[in-house]
Amino acid sequence: MTHTIEKIKTQRIKVSEKLVYVLETKKLNIYYDDFRAISEVNMKIERNKVTAIIGPSGCGKSTLLRSFNRMNELVQGSRISGEVLFHGQNLYAPDVDPVEVRHRIGMVFQKPNPFPKSIYENIAWGARVHGFKGNMDELVEYSLRQAALWEEVKDILDHSGLALSGGQQQRLCIARALAVQPEVILMDEPASALDPISTLHIEDLIRELSNHYTILIVTHNMQQAARVSDFTAFFNMNGDRSGYLVEYDNTNQLFTMPKNKLTEDYITGRFG
Amino acid sequence: MNGPSIQKPEIEFTDNIRDRNRYGRLWVYIFRFSTIIGIIALATLLFNIINQSSGYVVYEAKGDPAALTLDGVPIEEQTKDQLMRVLSSHLSKGAYSKLDRTKPFAERSRNDVYDLVVERIVKYEVVDSWLLWDSLTRKDEITAAVEEEYPEALLRFDVWINSDFLRRPQSSNPVIAGVRTAVLGSLWTIGITILFAFPLGVMAAIYLTEYAGDSWANRIIQTNINNLAGVPSIIYGILGLAIFVRALEPLTSGTLFGVTDPTSANGRTILSAGLTLGLLVLPLIIINAQEAIRAVPNSLRHAGYGLGATKWQTVWSHVLPNAIPGILTGTILAISRAIGETAPLVVIGASTVIYFDPEGPFSKFTTLPIQIYQWTSRPQDEFRFLAAAAILVLLALLLTLNAVAVLLRNRYSRRY
Amino acid sequence: MEQIALGYPKSRNGLKRRFRVGENAILALLFISGVFSIFTTIGIVYELGKEALLFFRTPNVDLWSFLSGTQWQPHIDKFGILPLFTSTLITSLFAMLIAAPLGMGAAIYLSEYASEKVRGFLKPILEILAGIPTIVYGYFALTFMTPLLRTIFGRDVVEIYNTASAGLVMGILILPMIASMAEDALSAVPNALREAAYGLGGTKLEVALKVVVPAAISGIAAAFIVGISRAIGETMIVAVAAGAGPNFTFNPFKGAETMTGHIVRISGGDLSYDSIDYNSIFAIGLMLFFVTLTLNLISQQVVRRFREVYE
Ligand SMILES: Nc1ncnc2c1ncn2[C@@H]1O[C@H](COP(=O)(O)OP(=O)(O)OP(=O)(O)O)[C@@H](O)[C@H]1O
Ligand SMILES: [Mg+2]
Repeated sequence: MTHTIEKIKTQRIKVSEKLVYVLETKKLNIYYDDFRAISEVNMKIERNKVTAIIGPSGCGKSTLLRSFNRMNELVQGSRISGEVLFHGQNLYAPDVDPVEVRHRIGMVFQKPNPFPKSIYENIAWGARVHGFKGNMDELVEYSLRQAALWEEVKDILDHSGLALSGGQQQRLCIARALAVQPEVILMDEPASALDPISTLHIEDLIRELSNHYTILIVTHNMQQAARVSDFTAFFNMNGDRSGYLVEYDNTNQLFTMPKNKLTEDYITGRFG
Repeated sequence: MNGPSIQKPEIEFTDNIRDRNRYGRLWVYIFRFSTIIGIIALATLLFNIINQSSGYVVYEAKGDPAALTLDGVPIEEQTKDQLMRVLSSHLSKGAYSKLDRTKPFAERSRNDVYDLVVERIVKYEVVDSWLLWDSLTRKDEITAAVEEEYPEALLRFDVWINSDFLRRPQSSNPVIAGVRTAVLGSLWTIGITILFAFPLGVMAAIYLTEYAGDSWANRIIQTNINNLAGVPSIIYGILGLAIFVRALEPLTSGTLFGVTDPTSANGRTILSAGLTLGLLVLPLIIINAQEAIRAVPNSLRHAGYGLGATKWQTVWSHVLPNAIPGILTGTILAISRAIGETAPLVVIGASTVIYFDPEGPFSKFTTLPIQIYQWTSRPQDEFRFLAAAAILVLLALLLTLNAVAVLLRNRYSRRY
Repeated sequence: MEQIALGYPKSRNGLKRRFRVGENAILALLFISGVFSIFTTIGIVYELGKEALLFFRTPNVDLWSFLSGTQWQPHIDKFGILPLFTSTLITSLFAMLIAAPLGMGAAIYLSEYASEKVRGFLKPILEILAGIPTIVYGYFALTFMTPLLRTIFGRDVVEIYNTASAGLVMGILILPMIASMAEDALSAVPNALREAAYGLGGTKLEVALKVVVPAAISGIAAAFIVGISRAIGETMIVAVAAGAGPNFTFNPFKGAETMTGHIVRISGGDLSYDSIDYNSIFAIGLMLFFVTLTLNLISQQVVRRFREVYE
C-alpha cells in the first residue's frame, strides 16, 4: 500500500516539478449577472499546502472557490473576467474542457452529498467514469484508507452511503474525490455541518492529505483555519458588496501579526 | 401623541359577534356539502353502473332448446362433440362447412361451439329485463309477472360481467357478446402509445430540465408543451386522422412493410390509434417527468460534476435513477388517461364494429371505450347492460394501473 | 499495486477540450425529442388550417355565413356554426353552474377547514372522480341524469337527448379539476396573512372569504378559465347524451349537437377524404382549437401574475 502511495506521489511530482504554485488567479472578477461578487483577486496557491479562505458571510468565498474548478459556471448568469491559471494554463481558455478541469481539481461540498448508492459504488463511480482500468477493489480500499474511513466501513461496503453518520458521509465524499486522483481538492466549509468530534476527524484528515494534495478550504471557523492551514487569505466586502482580497499570508503570520487593520479586527472578533 | 391637532373621533362598534358566528357555522355546512357532492356523485355513478350490470332477464328462444337434448343431456351440459353433432344436424351443410372454414372446429373450444349453437339454432332473444335493484327488491313480483306474460320464456338472473363476457369476442347478438376484442384492442393500442410516448417524453423532459438554458427558444418549447396539454383530445383525433390515417397511410396500413390486408389498407389501424394517443399523452408525460427530474436535489448533480463527470454521465447515473419512480408514476397516470380516451379514436377509427381479435399493429381496431360508446348508443336495454359491464372492466383496468402507480410511489420514495 | 496509479488512461489530452461523440449524439437526440412537440403544434395548425381553407374555398361557403348562420345542414349547403356553438355554450354554462360554486366550496373546505385526516380521505376521491373516463360520464348522463330530469320536469318537457343532462354531468366531471386547482391557489396564500386577519378578530369564515379568497383570486380565476376550456372541448358526454343533429335552440331540455359532438358523429360514419363533411370538421376543429388555446393562454397569464405576488 505505501508503495502505491509513493508511486502516485512521484508521478504527480514529475508533472509539476518545476512549479511551486499550482493555481494562480490574475485580476479575477466573478459576476452573477450584473452583480460583481468578487473583484480583482490576485493570488497564488502553493503546491501540497493547505490554503484557507476566510471572511464574513457573503463576501464571495464559495464563489471564488468554485471558480477554481469551473463549478460556478453551472449557475445561470455567472461569468468571470481575468484568468485562473493551473500550472500556468488558463482554465478559462476557450479550448479547455471543464470536465477535464474538474477531474484534476476535485471538490468537497459543505453538506455531505453521497450518492444514494452503496459505499463501494460511491467511490467506484467516479473512477469508472474516467476509464479506470486497474483493480477497483484496491482503489476503493486505498481511497477509503486515505480518507481514514476504511476501518469503519470495510465490512459494510455494500450498505448505502446514506446510512452513515454525517461525519462519515463527509469522509466518504472526500474518499470519493480522492479516488479520481485529483491534484487539488477544493473544500467549501467541509465541517460546518458536523459535530465537534467529526470536525476534528476531518481536520486531521486535511493535514494528513496535504502531504500529497494541494488543498483549498473555505471556513468560517478561525481556529480551524489556524489549525489546519499553511496559508490564509482574508476576504472582505466593500461598499457595493463585492468581495476583495484583504490580506494573504502565512497562516501563522496572519493570525499573530496581521498587517491590515481589518484583518486584525476580524480575527479578534471586533469586526462589524 | 399628545399634540392638540389629533382629536379622537367617535368610535362605536355594534355587538355583532353572534351573528357573525352563526354565519360562519352556516357556511361551513355549505362548504362541506360542496365537498360531499363529489362523494355522492361518485357513489351514484358507481351504483348506477352496477345496477345496470346485472339483474333478471327474460329470454325467449326462437328454436326450442329442449328439442336439442342429445342422449338425455341438455345442451348446457353437452360436450363439444355432442354440440357439434347438434350443430351439423340443424344447420345446412353449406352453412356448417362455412363455419368450419372461418375457423376450423378443431380450433374452437367447447364454449365457442356452445355459443354457436345458441346463436344459430336456439336463438335466444331478450324480451324483458330488470335492473339489479329491482331484481333484488321485487323478486316475487317479477317472477309472477313473467309467468303470466311469457309462460314459455326463460327467466334468469344474469350477471352481465362474467368470465364469458371477458372471453367472448364482440357480437351483434347481445346474449353472446363479449369484450375480448375490445380489451385486446385497448392493450395493443396502449402498448404502441407507451413505446412511442414514454421514451420520447422522458428524453424531452431531460432535455428541458437538464440541458436547456433559459433562452427564449426553450421558453417557447416549454409554453408550447403546457398549451398542448390543454388542447381538447378530439383535436388530436383530427390531427391523427390527417397525419397518421391519411398522410402516412402506407406506413400505418403496413403496406410499406408488405402487409396486404385489404381491410386495414385505409390506415385506420392500431398503429394510427396508438400514435394518436401517443401525441395526446406526450405533453402530460413530459410535464410529469420534468417534475420528477426537478425533484432530484442539485447536490447530487454537483457531486457528479465535481468528480469531473460529464453532463450525461451525471444525468444517467444519478439524476435518472432517482427520478425514475416519479417518472413512472406520472407516466402511468398519463397512460390511464389514454386508456379511457374515446373521442380521438372515434375520429380516426370510423367507429366500425369489429368481430375479430387484433393481430398486430396493422389490424383494424376497436377499444374498450369505443365498445362502450357503441353499446351505449344502441337503444335496446340489453346493450346498455353490456355497456355497464364493459365500463366495470374499464374501471377495473384503470384501478389496477393506479394501484401500481401508488405502489411504485411508496416503494421507491427516496430519501436523499 | 502499481496498477492503481497507472489505472487511468495515460494519454490524456491535457485539459484540452475533447470531442465526445457519445455525449454529442445524446444531446442531439434529446434536443430532437425536446422540439418534437413543436411539430405537434405545427401539425395541428397546419392540418386544421389547410383543410379549413379548402372548406372555405368551396362554393356556397364563406366565413361570414359560417360564423353567423343559424343552420348547419350540409345537404342543402348551409354551414352556419351557430347551432353547434350555442349548444356548446349551453352545455358549458350548465357545467360551470355546477362546477364553479361547488368546486369553489370544496376548495375552501379542503384548504381552510378540513383536518389533515379528512383531506387525506377526500382528495383521493376527487382524484378518482377526475380520472374516470368521460365515456363513463356520458353513460351516466344518458342512463341516470336524463331519466332523473325527465321525472322531475316531465317527459314531454325533457327530450331523451338534451343539453341540460350533458351539461350537468360535465359539471361533475369538471368539479374536481376546479376544486384541486383552486385549492392549490388557496393553500399558496401565506399563513401570515391569515394570522394577521385573525389578529384583528376575524372569524374563520371572514378570514377565508374576505382575506384568503381575494388573495388567491387570480389562481381561482385561472381554475375557472381552464374549467371552461375543458367544458368546451369535452366530447364524449355530449356525443352520448346531448343529441345527434344540429339544432338552433336555447332550450336546454331539447337535443342539440355541440361542436365536438358533431365532429364525432360525422367522423364516426365512413368519411371520405376531400368531401365537404371531411373539410368541415377541420373548420370546426380549428375554431375549437383557437377558443380553447386562447382560454388556456389567458389562464396561464393570470397564474403568472398570481405567482409574482408571493414568490
Ligand atoms: N447563484 C447565485 N446567483 C446570484 N448571486 C449569488 C449566487 N450565489 C451567490 N451569490 C451572491 O454572491 C455573493 C457571494 O456569495 P457566496 O456564496 O460566494 O458567499 P460566501 O462568502 O460563500 O458566504 P457564506 O460564508 O455565507 O457561505 C453574495 O452576495 C451572494 O448573494
Ligand atoms: Mg459559502
